Order: sequence, then structure tokens, then C-alpha cells
Amino acid sequence: MEKHALQKWTVALAGNPNVGKSTLFNNLTGMRQHTGNWPGKTVEVAQGICRWEGWELHITDLPGTYSLRGSSEDERIAGEFLDSGLADCTVVVCDGSCLERTLILALEILQRVERAVVCVNLMDEAKRQGIRLDTERLETRLGAAVVTTSAGDRAGMTRLLSAIAAACEGQQERMRPIWRDTVTEAEKIAAECTVRENAGQNWRYVLDRVLVSRRYGIPILICMLLCLVWLTVWGANLPSDMLWQFFSWGYARLSALFRFAPEWLRGLLLDGVYVTCSRVVSVMLPPMAIFFPLFTILEDVGYLPRMAFLMDHGMSRCGGCGKQALTLCMGLGCNAVGVMGCRIIDSPRERVVAILTNAMVPCNGRFPTLILLGSLFFPRVGSAFVVAACVALGVAGAMGVSGVLGKVFLRGQPSGFLMEIPPFRRPRLGKILMRSLVDRTLFIAGRAVCVAAPAGAVIWGLANTPLLQGIAAALDPLGTALGMNGVIFLGFLLALPANELLIPVILMMLTSSATLDAGIAASGALLLEAGVTWKMALCTMVFTLFHWPCTTTLQTIYRETRSWKKTAAAFLLPTAVGMVLCGMLNLLL
Amino acid sequence: METSLDAIRPGKQAVVIQVNTEEALRRRLRDFGLVPGTKVSCRYRSPWGDVTALSLRGSVLAMRTKDLRKIRVRG
Repeated sequence: MEKHALQKWTVALAGNPNVGKSTLFNNLTGMRQHTGNWPGKTVEVAQGICRWEGWELHITDLPGTYSLRGSSEDERIAGEFLDSGLADCTVVVCDGSCLERTLILALEILQRVERAVVCVNLMDEAKRQGIRLDTERLETRLGAAVVTTSAGDRAGMTRLLSAIAAACEGQQERMRPIWRDTVTEAEKIAAECTVRENAGQNWRYVLDRVLVSRRYGIPILICMLLCLVWLTVWGANLPSDMLWQFFSWGYARLSALFRFAPEWLRGLLLDGVYVTCSRVVSVMLPPMAIFFPLFTILEDVGYLPRMAFLMDHGMSRCGGCGKQALTLCMGLGCNAVGVMGCRIIDSPRERVVAILTNAMVPCNGRFPTLILLGSLFFPRVGSAFVVAACVALGVAGAMGVSGVLGKVFLRGQPSGFLMEIPPFRRPRLGKILMRSLVDRTLFIAGRAVCVAAPAGAVIWGLANTPLLQGIAAALDPLGTALGMNGVIFLGFLLALPANELLIPVILMMLTSSATLDAGIAASGALLLEAGVTWKMALCTMVFTLFHWPCTTTLQTIYRETRSWKKTAAAFLLPTAVGMVLCGMLNLLL
Repeated sequence: METSLDAIRPGKQAVVIQVNTEEALRRRLRDFGLVPGTKVSCRYRSPWGDVTALSLRGSVLAMRTKDLRKIRVRG
């Protein structure tokens, strides 16, 4: 075949979960698909383009699966894509440190596709474990080109690309092999092609022994989560104040600049858009910038599956499984991510329960509200403890509601729990920082600002008309019944696009001409001035935990369940819980 | 000695003889490589003992201990 200027080929990456497919994909396409050391990370099919020596490779990262004929969504997607013949070449990714297990699926795929390259990844890890691989022998046994790579260090990428190119051009004739039993065959092939020399890697065993041990496992888990929350809350104080001062300085400069602009324009842009955005950024950015890197370290090391392992007992009592604990933790960062993470739950029944209850764990966008109200009205307890208590309450709520749902609506045997526990991996700190700060923190902050800017303008505009006050007054009876007031309840309604908006929106409504002079302390003073009592604050905090999820989460829930009914349930369920709790608090206090 | 897999203590090894779980789980176990003839060792148990981590074919698999009862092994 003659080479054109740009020859286009479609390439699929397939293989078990957690063998480094996403990292390979990122290396090839230069994209930043999120990776983590736990099975089931690729929750959507990612596609990217790789240009190399006159080739244009359209690469599809299929979800990692253990088989192609299973019942789960991921397996269906992967199987259908491979059978469709869309891919000119399939790259079957195996784990060099666990060749035998990963070969089972590889053999299955090799039987099904026309042109394939076998990529034995994680060779650095294999080498550390003293495993040597006879590549040539493996090639003959598999009847396909074999390339060894270490995607983490970008080693072997060129060899992989040339192998893909060769396979696409069909230079290498390939007989489609037939294996009768892929499991025993994988065992034989792995035994023939690998040599294992004993290498010292005892620290992993010791670490595992301690982290999931009977005695220390649970205490360590609780300590870690407490530390995570405490560091986030405590560490965010100073940068929050600094950001705020910076924005006030900017406010002064900008108002000087807008001296000659008409009054309404200045108000709209500065008091509306600028103030809202700067409030949102200064309260949400620091906690996120601390939380996400820390959480990503836990993820990268491989602690999350162990957490699911430890939590399965408690979760199975509530009709769920340990994997739900994992998705709840993801929800601490962002509920939309947590909802997507629910794909790792095998049973559709439990998955729906997990999706519906995920938003009860406070996401990072709700931390600022909890921190502000906590430090303002419960100063003796300490804001970190208040937030930790709120997280605990949220988790308890999610588990309790899961239990009730499981018992009442979704009867039947709870499904089995089957989960691979990956080996500990050394976290690559530089990469973690980059990934969590740039991909997660800035992405979510950007999304919040995009919502906050127009919302600020609209609310400022409304605040200067009697309309907003009218709505607030109309909502007052409902708000009061829930232990809050009309303004706060309206704030919750207006913060539907993003939870971060709650406090800025309330502040703006309380002081229709918001001035921007000092930091958190001043916002606290404003709240106190407006007659917010500690009881209101408590009810607001409870309602912050249990109310409708933000629009991003609702969209994700619809996309995941493809059901308006379930999306509506996800909206109503936490709201009902919040209303009942707040109503009870209002009556009791 | 023939027994069920949940009787294998942490650190001990056994060979699978028969997988008597319901069909769906049996198929998933096969995907992980757990079939008759497979060498399995018990790695560790969860604090309440209801989840067990098994080591087989170079990877670690966590599953509920009550499901292990349905897997016959030679210890």
C-alpha cells in the first residue's frame, strides 16, 4: 500500500482494568485522561488522536474489563467495539507483573480480532518483582507482535507505535489462533514465557499487613480520612484570606478604573460578577487545591481498594458493598465524579442505590459553607471538627438511606463482592500535583466561575428590583419551617448550578449593595447582622448536606442511568431527607 | 484434605477442585482465573472476617467469605 500524506487508522486499546491503559493512552495522544491505581477507572470511552511519522492514529481507550461477554455496561461496550470491526488494530494491554491473569482476556481478544498487537505494560514493576519475560517466545505462542512497555516512564512508546503501524498495514500475516480453554492456556503460556527470580519487595507485604489488619485497619482508615478533612480545612484558612485580600485590592483598582462608567454597569460588573466570582474562588480554590492532591495520592498508591475491602462489612449491612464506600469517597471531591465511579459496582440494583445516595456526602463545593458557618457559630468546636462531623453525618445519611432503599424498594439478595486489589505503587508526586491541580482543581474551579459570573450578574440585577425580595418573602414560611429563612432557602434554589454559590448568593441578597472590604470575618459579620442565629446555621448546614444535587451531578446521573425517573428520585430523595431533618431540628430546638 | 475455601487460613495454600457458586459469580471467577485446578492462597481477612483477599495467578482478589464456602478445595 502506498503511503499518503496522512494515513488514518483506528486503534483500540483493550485489556484488564488497572493495567495502565489510560497512561498508555495519555502517552500516545498527549491527553490527560485521569488515571488511578484502582480497577475500573476508565468509566467512559476516551478517544484521542496520535500523529506519528505520517500516520494519524485514532485511538480509543476501551474500558478495562475482565471478560467480553459479561453483563456489565463496560464489558458490553468493549465487546461491541471489538466485534464491530471499527478498529484496524487492537492493542491488547497486559500487565507484566501479572501476566498470567491478564493473558486470559488477551487470548480471548486475540481470537476475536483480525489485527492485534500485544503490549506487555508495567515492565518496570515486573522487573522490580524479579520477573523476566521471553518476548520472542511469547510472540510465537500468541501469533501476534509483542511489545514491552513501561507507560509510567514512557518507555517503549516508539516500539509500540511501529508495531501498531506494521499491524495496520498488514505487513505481518497473522493466523487467528484457536485456544480451547483460555484459562489453562494462559497459565501454560505465562509459565513458558516468564522467569521469576526472587526479589526483595517485602515492604509491600508489610504495608498491606498493617493497613488492612484486623487491629489497625479501621483505626488507620478513620485517621486518614480525618487527617484529609482536617488538613483541607485548616490549610485552606490562610490562602483563602490572602486570595480575598488580593481580590479586594483588585476591587479597589477596578472601581477606580470604572469611575466614568455608568452606575448600573459598574454595579453589574463589579458588585455582581466580580464580587460573586471572587467570593467563589477565594472560598473554594484553597480547599480543593489541598484536598485533590492528597486524595490523588491515596488513589495512586492503591489505598482506595483496600478501603473498600475494610468497609465492606459496614456497607453490606446497608445492603450495599464496599465499592460504594469508595464512590462515597470520590463524592467528597465531586459528586459527579462519585456518581460516575459507581460503574465499578457490579449489581445494577446496588449501583442505582449508590448513585441516588452519593450526593449526600458533602462535596468540596459545599466545604466552604460548612467551614464558614462552623467557624462562625461553633467557634469552640473548631471548623475542622465541624466539617468532619458533617462528613460523618453525610456518610451516615447515605448509608442509612441505602439501607432503607435496599430493604423497601429493591428487594432481593445483595450481590456478590468481587474486587481486584492492586499492588501498592509508589506515587509519582510531581505527576500527582500536576494532574490533581490542573485537571481536577482548575477544571472544577473554572466550571464554578463560569456559573458564578452570569449568576452574579443576574442576582445583582434582581437584588435591585423588588422581585427577589418578594420571592424570598414568599419562601419565608417554608424556610422558617425548616429552621432557616426565606433568603437562605432561596439561596439554595439559586445555588442549584453550583453549590459553591450558596454563601456568595446569600450574602448578596442580604446586602443588596455588597461591599468588599474584608475577608471571611466580614462575611460572618454580615450574616450575624442579618439576624442569622446558630439554630439557623445548624439547619443550613444540615440542609447543605441533604438537598438536591447540583446540575452537573444531576446531568451525570441522567447520563449514567438514562432514566428521568431515577434522576428525579436523585433530586427528591436527599431533599426529602433534608426537609425532614431540618423540620425536626426546628421543632426540637 | 478436602474442605471449602473459607476454611483456609491466611498464609495457607490450596488447590481448587470445584466451584459451586451461582452461575453469574462462577463466570466472573473464571474471568479472574479461578477455575478447578487453580492454586489459591489466602492473603488476609477483613477485620470482621467477612471479606477475604485471595492470591491467585499473580494477582489479589477480594471476595466475600460466605461465597468461599461454595468453593471446594484440597488444602
